[in-house]
Amino acid sequence: MAVYTFKEAKAAPSTSKGVLFWLRENLFSDIKNSVLTLLGIYIVYIMLPPLLDWMIFDATWSGTKEEIVKSGARWIFIVEKFDQFIYGFYPEAEHWRPNLVAFISIAFLFSMKLIPNIKVKIGIMLIYPIICFVLISGGWFGLEEVPTEKWGGLMLTILVAAVGIIASFPIGIVLALGRQSDMPILKTLCVGFIEFVRGVPLITILFMASVVLPLFFSDGIDFDKLLRALIGITLFQAAYIAEVIRGGLQAIPKGQYEAGESLGLSYWQGMILIILPQALKISIPNLVGSFISLFKDTTLVLIIGLFDVLAMVTLTTSDSNWLGFEIEGYVFVTMIYWVFCFSMSQYSKSVERKYNTEH
Amino acid sequence: MSEQEFMITMKNVNKWYGDFHVLKDINLNIKKGEKVVICGPSGSGKSTTIRCLNHLEKFQQGQININGTELIDDVKVVREIRSQVGMVFQHFNLFPHLSVLENLVLAPIWVHNKPRAEALKTAMYYLERVKIADQAHKYPNQLSGGQQQRVAIARCLCINPEIMLFDEPTSALDPEMVSEVLDVMVELADEGITMICVTHEMGFAKKVADRVIFMDAGQVIEENEPHEFFDNPQSDRLKLFLDQILSH
Repeated sequence: MAVYTFKEAKAAPSTSKGVLFWLRENLFSDIKNSVLTLLGIYIVYIMLPPLLDWMIFDATWSGTKEEIVKSGARWIFIVEKFDQFIYGFYPEAEHWRPNLVAFISIAFLFSMKLIPNIKVKIGIMLIYPIICFVLISGGWFGLEEVPTEKWGGLMLTILVAAVGIIASFPIGIVLALGRQSDMPILKTLCVGFIEFVRGVPLITILFMASVVLPLFFSDGIDFDKLLRALIGITLFQAAYIAEVIRGGLQAIPKGQYEAGESLGLSYWQGMILIILPQALKISIPNLVGSFISLFKDTTLVLIIGLFDVLAMVTLTTSDSNWLGFEIEGYVFVTMIYWVFCFSMSQYSKSVERKYNTEH
Repeated sequence: MSEQEFMITMKNVNKWYGDFHVLKDINLNIKKGEKVVICGPSGSGKSTTIRCLNHLEKFQQGQININGTELIDDVKVVREIRSQVGMVFQHFNLFPHLSVLENLVLAPIWVHNKPRAEALKTAMYYLERVKIADQAHKYPNQLSGGQQQRVAIARCLCINPEIMLFDEPTSALDPEMVSEVLDVMVELADEGITMICVTHEMGFAKKVADRVIFMDAGQVIEENEPHEFFDNPQSDRLKLFLDQILSH
């Protein structure tokens, strides 16, 4: 027989072993690894200096295009056309309005993260789009009315993406729940809608929204072109959101539904209080992935005659005074897309961390 | 005894999963305040029986009355009955996205329309009762199995139920945590709440039950008061069952 004495917990061995140790462990652990590391360094060595030269050191930042002497990027094109990239044909005197909306939107995003009271949150959510719409479109409170044909550039890209994301979300939830429903007609309608939309390219939907949709209405009603595009994009996105959320719903154990039911919660109470919060949390990475593709897909509104940021770049590079500046234009627009998509991805990570209740 | 005096009556309840006959003519009368333990081999229909009582399972034939209300497949009736019947599950089924306290106040606020302050007070009272008040602000996944199950019991008590159903409440627990949950259940039993408990904890059955029911293959085989049930089993199947679970 043996009885052992109780052992006190000891401190864990130190994990920091210095830079050299880290390098040896991670970059030069064996021959194959070392070769790959050196190859990687070589590729960076070849590519990075010319890139930096072009983008920064040899670039022209100011002056007129006749004075360009350096061989690098001629960013003066971007500086010259910046307002058009951002606002499209929005009247210059009214640029403060989209600027204010941008500022309000940032404040809105922070308030969603910081304000704990759910009723205040819902209140803000309802007021925010109205304020934005009134500010941008005008016609009220002495603001000059700006017709949607003049909206464009990055402003339009963000607007289309934001409306697509926000409006498709509740529709997607309802479609996902409908698809899981016991009611056969509702279920068939939802499945039919989702599968139809997912089987068709966005371009087709946009064409249908801009060409076919007006056929259903009498001649008197002139649907705004932008509104038609927004409806098309929202319905398109809703079908994808529905499938992402359905994945989340299926991951919720049956016991959660039963616990809610056994406490006497109604279907909607159970869904809103118990199932959806968990299902949406699981779905965050896929939802954001879907939002990011939507943000990039908004460029397709070009084909029905709306000028988003990419379309504005294409348009300005064909300005006869500024021919041959395509590279600068497209590099700039690439960076804009990257900044927005990367921010969305980071925002989703912070939301995920906030709702993590595992530890 | 007339029917009104029973808290629960089941009359010729039959249920099928497809062609499979899971419950065969279940007849059961349970008085107010009675403690009933149901045991039997797995697949014998014990859980299905008690899940019929709060309509988590539908039954195709027969009649169930809960506290004077006939259980029919109607949203209002079902909600009314569920608001009087608490259920504790084998796998606790706490809501992982809500803190312990929020788990407890959910049904009182949304189903019973209690003011939040009152619901919180009641919740703390019951957490105190199951000796876990210090964990009120943690999330379920941060608690041990035994603690989670005690929270689940407190969550049921918060709706002030007439009847508590326990569906193998200790089967998913590590052995060292079984007794902390059983202790809470014994305390509850002393208070006169009507309890139906599906369990294999025979010590609990002997200590608490007014009646023990043995089920096999979807039917009630034998029922008796616990002393007779364990010491003097009548049917061969019960003898075999008791041999198997008590042999080690």
